[in-house]
Amino acid sequence: MTGIDVARIRSDFPILKRTVRDDKPLIYLDNAATSQKPVEVLDAERTFYETSNAAAHRGAHQLAEEATEAYELARAQVAGFVGADASNIVFTKNATESLNLAAYAFSNATALSRWGTPVDPRFVLQPGDSVVVTEMEHHANLVPWQEVCAKTGASLRWVPLTDNGRLELAGLDGIIDASTKVVSVVHQSNILGTINPVAEIMAKAHAVGAVGVVDACQSIPHLPVDVSALGADLVAWSGHKMLGPTGIGLLYGTAEILDAMPPFLTGGSMIATVEMDRSTYAAAPQKFEAGVPMVAQAVGLGAAVNYLERLGMAQVAAHEQALTAYSLMAIGKIPGVRIIGPPEAVDRGSAISFVVAGIHPHDVGQVLDNMGIAVRVGHHCAWPTCRRFGVPATTRISPYIYNDLNDIDALVEGIVEAQRFFKVAS
Amino acid sequence: MSLESLYQDIILDHYKNPRGRGLMESPLGTAFHVNPTCGDEINMQVAASEDGGLLIGYEGTGCSISQASASVLYELVQGRPVADAESIRLAFVELMHSKGHADPDEEVLGDAIAFVGVAKYPARIKCALLPWMALQDAEIKGGLMSEPDSDQE
Ligand SMILES: Cc1ncc(COP(=O)(O)O)c(C=O)c1O
Repeated sequence: MTGIDVARIRSDFPILKRTVRDDKPLIYLDNAATSQKPVEVLDAERTFYETSNAAAHRGAHQLAEEATEAYELARAQVAGFVGADASNIVFTKNATESLNLAAYAFSNATALSRWGTPVDPRFVLQPGDSVVVTEMEHHANLVPWQEVCAKTGASLRWVPLTDNGRLELAGLDGIIDASTKVVSVVHQSNILGTINPVAEIMAKAHAVGAVGVVDACQSIPHLPVDVSALGADLVAWSGHKMLGPTGIGLLYGTAEILDAMPPFLTGGSMIATVEMDRSTYAAAPQKFEAGVPMVAQAVGLGAAVNYLERLGMAQVAAHEQALTAYSLMAIGKIPGVRIIGPPEAVDRGSAISFVVAGIHPHDVGQVLDNMGIAVRVGHHCAWPTCRRFGVPATTRISPYIYNDLNDIDALVEGIVEAQRFFKVAS
Repeated sequence: MSLESLYQDIILDHYKNPRGRGLMESPLGTAFHVNPTCGDEINMQVAASEDGGLLIGYEGTGCSISQASASVLYELVQGRPVADAESIRLAFVELMHSKGHADPDEEVLGDAIAFVGVAKYPARIKCALLPWMALQDAEIKGGLMSEPDSDQE
């Protein structure tokens, strides 16, 4: 199909050899939730624990030095992967924490400013100010902003969607205006698959002096992304969706914005000086990394980055593009099936949501599961987006590097089987 | 595990032909429950008949398991004394926590015995329990039952 050798890739992922539900080969199509891990990622973590385990950035013994070096090497690898400098990359627990780190900069600065602590005024919110998101946000990029608004009196606005699952950009100038202090948008939707013109939206945000945030959870694992080209101040994503371990997330920030933001979690490792009644903080990224960091996970993520770089992200994207086009065609032509999201493989990723007339997504998922096909059913942490399309939930596939057209054919067979089992006319 | 063991014909029948579905004019208690992981919804209403029997009204959207469970609930507890309804409810909750190994009593559970296969699928137990949890809540809100002191879930 493309330069991606699926059979070879599959042999690198031990879990893909297992069977499920009475000896059915596993067909894993739930990569938007989390990806599987190649053996070299697992080995990297294990080797770290076996040879260099110590608390990074603490202590002066040899193991501590090696652990610190391994941790910082991983930061440099991730930075290189997205075209950034290592000092612009903050390690977090996951994208959810990264987005909370961004959101808390606003509520913390607002609270600090009330008591006279000098803060950057860009982060201070008050009634009359607005926070802008879109109607296709994952809850991770919606609920934290709702909280910010509740704490500061700012109001939440959102960019609505077209029936095809694209942003309704025509009215954008009326939404991002002089009152707007922050604009936070998803790059690629986890439920609709839509790829948004984030650079354009970030430019609008900057034109009114707002801080621009991008949720790149579903784009960085799947496309070549140069974070500086997104034009955002802050970019959040997770390691576990790009072949890395769970428990490690990323936040890219421009040097200027990271410097201006107050810290989120506080405690050890993030300080410059501590006295009994006050502290000063380290420079970014350390300012945002309180506590003993997740070194093994960072090392695993570094190995994941190597793996993806060897494949080449342009190849990965081309492979997924071909899968997406085929899937849209194959799923779209099953009678009674409606795709929720852009129907054409243009500015669109491989996550494809659909509903089957007369069968609840939970039941579709169950029939597929029974055939060994793992998909996600539910609202995909984008409940308002489901409501926008008048569906309580969807079934979603999200193929990745180890999936091929056979997997999609099996899926189509599974959908037809569900229609047969539940006796709905297809 | 076969699909048929999960989706027994009785369940599919209740799903396609729900019994007693619809809301009443003036319930004593109403509870709206959602399953936050999948978005399934049930709106459960209770009232009491003149001779003290429980009256049920409900509406909902969701998967076959949650909606069939509501229909079976209606069939089992409609018109029954509140105390009887509660023993049936507890028997159903127990069945759902049996991991599929129970030998449910058809005398008590009627069509609900068909849900024994659901108990083998941890992700679906919540679907089956949704209407029953809403029933308990509606009864408490309607003053037909007091707050439980121990957590039965
Ligand atoms: C678009 C998007 N944003 C944010 C998240 C949150 O990621 P995590 O759960 O790893 O924090 C996800 C994944 O679930 C996602 O798909």
